[in-house]
Amino acid sequence: MDIGLALARWVHFMAGIMWVGLLYYFNFVQVAALKAATADGSNAGITRHVVPRALFYFRWAAVVTWLAGAALLGDQFVNAFTLSKGMAGIGVGAWLGTIMLFNVWVLIWPNQQKILGLKPATDEQKASARRIAFLTSRANVVLSMPLLFFMAGGWSHRGLFGL
Amino acid sequence: MKNPLDSLWGTVICGLILTAILYALVKNVLTPGA
Repeated sequence: MDIGLALARWVHFMAGIMWVGLLYYFNFVQVAALKAATADGSNAGITRHVVPRALFYFRWAAVVTWLAGAALLGDQFVNAFTLSKGMAGIGVGAWLGTIMLFNVWVLIWPNQQKILGLKPATDEQKASARRIAFLTSRANVVLSMPLLFFMAGGWSHRGLFGL
Repeated sequence: MKNPLDSLWGTVICGLILTAILYALVKNVLTPGA
């Protein structure tokens, strides 16, 4: 099924670019922009119109990326996740992606719902949610760097690992 | 001690360090015969 693998790789790349692109947008652009906008009172538009849309594509792109990656691994899925049979490089990438997906759905999104008022929360709970979502998002930036290294070089460029 | 993830540079440096550690681990420990 070469066409299936080609499609899986294509979808994996597109969704992955959307996911990590939005992650970098949040961390490199939006955090500082919201801080400045809050200071001059112009943050409402960003919070109401930009953040919910960005979070929608962010969290679903994460799911599509993971599913397409799993399809791409195919019968090597278990070898990748057990870091065996020459699949340790891409396997580490797969584990990092899985941890990042967990972070998106279990730590970032539920806390963002509190911050955005989609879930009831006191001011204290909102402050705590803001800190958790921020640090988890930053942790995902950290994880994305080895993730992209191993996704790009772990399997395709075996020479890098002496294979 | 300040959390390095509070700054963008700290975050990027953490990512580079983690990449180097994981690369060394995969090359030297998890890849047999490399």
